[in-house]
Amino acid sequence: MKTYDAIVIGAGHNGLTTAAYLARAGLDVVVVERQPYIGGATASRELYPGFTYSNCSYVCSLMRPEIMRDLELPRHGLQVIPYDGGVTMTRDGGYIAGYRNHDQNRREIARHSVRDAEAYDYFGAEVMRYCRFIKTMLLTTPPDPASFKPRDLFGLLDVARRFHRLGEEWMYDTIRFWTMSCADFLDQFFESDLVKGHKAGSSIIGTALGPYSPGSAYVLLHHYMGEVDGSIGSWGFPRGGMGAIPGALAKSFQAHGGEIRTGSTVEQIIVKGGRAVGVALTGGVEVMGKTVVSNLDAKRTFIESMAASDLPAEFVHRVKNFKIRGSSGKVNIALDGLPDFPAIPAGCPGRAGDMHVSDSMEYLERGYDDWKAGMWSRQPYLDITLPSMTDPTMVPPGKHFMSVFVQYVPPHLADGEWDDAKRAAFGKTVIDKIAEFSPNFKDLILHAEIRTPWDLENEVGLTEGNIFQGELTMDQLMFNRPVPGYAQYRSPVPGLYMCGSSTHPGGGVMGAPGANAAREILRDMRIKT
Amino acid sequence: MIQPQPYEVQVLETPFHSRTAELCKTNEWSTWSGYTTPDVYTNMELEYFAARNTATLFDISPMTKYAITGPDAGRYLDRLLTRDMAKVNPGRVAYGLWCNDAGMVIDDGTVFCLGENDYRLCSQERHLPWLLDSAIGYEVAIEDITAGIAAVSLQGPTSCAVLKAMGFVGIEELKPYAHAEFQLGGHPLMISRTGFTGDLGYELWIEPAGAGELWDRLMEGGRLHGIRPLGSKALDMTRIEAGFIQAGVEFFPGDLSTRPDRLRSPFEIGMGWLVDFEKGHFIGRRALLREKQTGSRHALVGLDIAGNKPAHHSFIFQGRNKEVGIVTSALWSPTCKRNIALASLRTPYDKAHGLWADVYVHREQKWERIKAPCRVVDKQFFNPPRRWATPAGDR
Amino acid sequence: MTPAGGAYDAVIIGGGHNGLVCAAMLGRSGKRVVIVEAASKLGGAATSGEFAPGFTVSSCAHILNQLHPKVSRALDLSRHGLKLSTARMGTIALAPGGRHLTFEGALMVNEAVNGAGEVLSQRDLSSLSRLRRRLLRFAGLLHDFQATVPPRLDATSWRDGLGLARLGWAVRRLGRDDMRELLRIAGSNIADVLNDELDSDLLKGAIGLDAVLGTGLGPRSPNSVFTLLYRLSGRVGGVPGALALPEGGMGAVTDAMAAAAKANRVDIRTACPVKSIVVEEDRAVGVELESGEVIRAHAVVSNADAKTTCLDLLGARHLDTGFVRRVKGIRARGTAAKLHLALDGLPRFSGLEARDLGRRLLIAPSLDYVELAFNPCKYGEYSPAPAMEITIPSIHDTSLAPPGKHVLSAVVQYAPYDLKGGWQAAKDGFMDRIMDILSAYAPDLADRVVARELLTPEDLEQRHRLPGGHWHHGELALDQLYMMRPVAGAAQYAAPVPGLYLCGAGSHPGGGVMGAAGMNAAAQVIKGGKQS
Repeated sequence: MKTYDAIVIGAGHNGLTTAAYLARAGLDVVVVERQPYIGGATASRELYPGFTYSNCSYVCSLMRPEIMRDLELPRHGLQVIPYDGGVTMTRDGGYIAGYRNHDQNRREIARHSVRDAEAYDYFGAEVMRYCRFIKTMLLTTPPDPASFKPRDLFGLLDVARRFHRLGEEWMYDTIRFWTMSCADFLDQFFESDLVKGHKAGSSIIGTALGPYSPGSAYVLLHHYMGEVDGSIGSWGFPRGGMGAIPGALAKSFQAHGGEIRTGSTVEQIIVKGGRAVGVALTGGVEVMGKTVVSNLDAKRTFIESMAASDLPAEFVHRVKNFKIRGSSGKVNIALDGLPDFPAIPAGCPGRAGDMHVSDSMEYLERGYDDWKAGMWSRQPYLDITLPSMTDPTMVPPGKHFMSVFVQYVPPHLADGEWDDAKRAAFGKTVIDKIAEFSPNFKDLILHAEIRTPWDLENEVGLTEGNIFQGELTMDQLMFNRPVPGYAQYRSPVPGLYMCGSSTHPGGGVMGAPGANAAREILRDMRIKT
Repeated sequence: MIQPQPYEVQVLETPFHSRTAELCKTNEWSTWSGYTTPDVYTNMELEYFAARNTATLFDISPMTKYAITGPDAGRYLDRLLTRDMAKVNPGRVAYGLWCNDAGMVIDDGTVFCLGENDYRLCSQERHLPWLLDSAIGYEVAIEDITAGIAAVSLQGPTSCAVLKAMGFVGIEELKPYAHAEFQLGGHPLMISRTGFTGDLGYELWIEPAGAGELWDRLMEGGRLHGIRPLGSKALDMTRIEAGFIQAGVEFFPGDLSTRPDRLRSPFEIGMGWLVDFEKGHFIGRRALLREKQTGSRHALVGLDIAGNKPAHHSFIFQGRNKEVGIVTSALWSPTCKRNIALASLRTPYDKAHGLWADVYVHREQKWERIKAPCRVVDKQFFNPPRRWATPAGDR
Repeated sequence: MTPAGGAYDAVIIGGGHNGLVCAAMLGRSGKRVVIVEAASKLGGAATSGEFAPGFTVSSCAHILNQLHPKVSRALDLSRHGLKLSTARMGTIALAPGGRHLTFEGALMVNEAVNGAGEVLSQRDLSSLSRLRRRLLRFAGLLHDFQATVPPRLDATSWRDGLGLARLGWAVRRLGRDDMRELLRIAGSNIADVLNDELDSDLLKGAIGLDAVLGTGLGPRSPNSVFTLLYRLSGRVGGVPGALALPEGGMGAVTDAMAAAAKANRVDIRTACPVKSIVVEEDRAVGVELESGEVIRAHAVVSNADAKTTCLDLLGARHLDTGFVRRVKGIRARGTAAKLHLALDGLPRFSGLEARDLGRRLLIAPSLDYVELAFNPCKYGEYSPAPAMEITIPSIHDTSLAPPGKHVLSAVVQYAPYDLKGGWQAAKDGFMDRIMDILSAYAPDLADRVVARELLTPEDLEQRHRLPGGHWHHGELALDQLYMMRPVAGAAQYAAPVPGLYLCGAGSHPGGGVMGAAGMNAAAQVIKGGKQS
């Protein structure tokens, strides 16, 4: 029987990234994927004739440019097109838009607060300082502060040195930022509740925290630290939908001899003699490999795909306590035409960017209270995009695809588990909300895919439907992700590695966990790249 | 209250736009603080020589202007700026700069004392949050009035003659850094003897409705005095000759920097003369006192560079190949006939011998590298007596 | 007024417990010190007050659990009259159905009593003891650092470098596993930590309430593990996490401190509000009283919060904008109200005997209960069903009430300082809600009330000059701690103006009748005096 050099479980963007790096280093690699299609939470499927959906993730910024370059993704078909600012519509018919043009943006904010308009530059500079600090950590393995190994000590020293270089005042600011709530952070700059509400959306996406919870400022940063062609904080649409990313990764992987087996569900990771040696697929097939790499989240990997006896009890306990909370839903809609948003003036590019309806901090926080009580937010945060306005190739001419990301949606409801009726009711909440701002919206709907955390778990395999494979809270970042002492992509079982968003630096279509994992695997194999 | 400016358009036009657009034959424009302004009207060299030989008009309307009023306005500005503002009386203008807590420069600008408790601060960048936060504990109102005032800079040896020709009686008695009120076509007009060219010159301030008429009257009054409009490129030549620093060029605004090593104190950009430790507390004073004791890290100097090729963005080396700084602004000065530059050097190399600039020259599709020896000189390369003379002369 | 021979060495603004400790410590080292207190009596937020004829109660802080042993030792407070009426106060987590959970000692310290009430499972008992060991270990670390001056991050002096090294070493010394756990849970939320380890809702609710008492956090808010550790960092008679009541109420603690100060030749002047801090040549040289009198001193030490000290008494004109901005940004939004009831006899709590009432009673039947109470507070509304920490101190201390009668003192959460619509209109409604909740546990309580007083954060601010009615002069949040407390640039007790120091709860380590801030500040004043 054939023994691969490496088996990667799951063809999400991180799994494919790891696989592509390993294949490039000359390894014989196979990726096994449960679904008939690849991409995991970065998939694009045609659910309505002629429409390419971005079924889960829907915009791109975080994907590390180093990875795009290393893996030659542009040559394999990836093109990311940036878009102009977004817009938040208010309940009273107003709006605030964002513009790339600095001065236009300032004048727009000045409609709501003159002070905030200028404070926006201060905000931008401060966020940029933190981005600059964290950026260099994204593609490095987090050092273990409890270790005395030279590699960890030097790693810590390096972080300390770079930290110290910020100068005294910015060092304090940085520490504070790391632990602050988004609301407190924004209060330092802005006075207008609308401006704050407009900015705060990024702090709650995918997160089981409210903008008033300490630690939520970091989540804001997590969504700012990406870039499109060096323009930090900028977001774009991959041409051909999000599936273009795994598509390019797969081509890059296959160009170096990689093999992808779709429709192959891993039942169990096989451990022999204390080493991971392969995976058992549903139907009795076993695939053997010298190394097994899991793109699944920590719970799926260690609790559901392994025998507890193969792992230390303390480790299992910790993995069980790793917080993977579903808090998001998604509604994907095929539209017969372009919906009107009367609040947005003609010529405002916000329509082609991200549109929101959450016009205050309280709006967002109350949405979180609903989630805590086991309900989807009655007044949800919506991140609405019409990628087909930027990329007409996704749809038949004149038609549009709308992606609606919804926060907060609990994985378990207080009045019983999710079912089809509740899913429909959830979809109605979202569609009604959009219709409040778009009178012709409902009439244009050709097809809607409604995805609750329950669906995300069942279809995509994300525990509780958490889009980040684990909360991005202070206790689960860096050397704590996913479990203290196991944040360097290795597991307690030799030969078994993690490469998913459960590991540093976390979720988002970033690819960094995948690239970092590949580097550690090659390091263990003593293969120089 | 100034109405919010339009936000649907990307770039705004200044109140002089109808006039400047007609005169801008090159159609070379740049955006300055959200307004479009001409880079060159007809020819950069000729515009430059007009500034040094006759008179020029430069549209400064985009400059950020804040009205600072209230019973504490004077005390507020005294704490904000590093220089002693108690000495700035109504009718006077003061050039100054302000720092953050660490004594690092945020911006420089001019403060017009319009009356008791009534000031106007003009600066390159916008700083409202800093200005407002500095007002905590003071009874003072701060308002951005940029869009409410049109302003034009009339500079050059014949500028006083132009104003006299327009009928502004007694204008020659206006001292440098002073301003006075006049009327023009039913609009109040403020004229200040200030400018950015280092020569005799004036700045004229009027409400936007009077802008067109002001421009026309200036062009008319200057017809016999060689007046012509000045584009930003020629203006930059004059300001380098004058040794004036510019935000974003000689220093980066301290409140917007993302790199700690980019910050500069007043001493480090040659502005130590603006720091008055005797006047009482001002923002950054304690840090600047410490710097005074421990020494500065950088120095901004004027350089006289061999040859005639401007040392744009050149690295400055000392001895064999020790990199000690960088040129921030460079120019072959047609008036001084010297190859000059402003450069930021690490201390103590501002006092060192054996400095040379690494100059790159583009000659017929080929870059050539010149090791040009240079020496540190006074950075006021051009400073004619007529700039300071009162009464002001006609030529 | 000056002592013979010129100016004072130090003038202390405010005679709260930290001001008193600072004064006494300075006096002990031979300094001539004067305290000026705005109120007519000393004590600040650590006072006892007669709120109805014959009924006395600790008017703000009501349990003594954090008085730092170094403070009580150095000032010999027992010699100066401090007596505890109980040093081992138990805790009972009240259950709506009467199956309460009783702890002989403090919640996290002594074993639970498995009597008639809630019985903890074997799993919970062993998890609890594991959790307790860890948390107390971490709290011990905190305890050690409470009596030290925070270092500056830009370690230019060897002291700062040493301070940072000490911190790093202390964390390392925990050993690999505990260190990892500390670095993980320090930023975590108490609900997660408890849900991971324990089953009993009643137990989790009680611990959860302890974590969020006096904070603007709910049990699910990150940062709430730290606030629990803070609470557990105190020691009574060497027992970590123990709870005590001082005889005569909290005022007795500050009385003892005042006595210690007087014994160290400290002059004390009450009813002397300070108008401003006098600055000459960029140095604080004294204070000007409302009366116009100027008291000169080599050092001015303020027990008032940083905002009042820097912005009102000193004035922004002596400061830099970045610093002013940080001071203005200090979050101090009180969320706890204080309830005082005068009772004509002991109330009957269903499921409890009279002898049980000497323990601390908690109304926090589950984490969700506390979290739900927290929700409205975020939006400036009070909790319709508040959580409470109740004591009946008169059981231990008969001096507090006429014979046979009792006082009940409770901390009630959440009552936001900035209530929408103002407290004036809402106070009665809130009182009714509180009485409804209490009556559900003690049906005869309402009938026994002869007088009552509800102090909202607004009242606490006015009475005790606590900014925002916040116990700690500023939220105990990770971004407002240690070298960022009260703000970066003043965390070593010295304000940017030479000669001015901060010694209140707004400084490291925070409030809670600990005295450490006052003690640490005194050390800095002595050090500063040597340098100049």
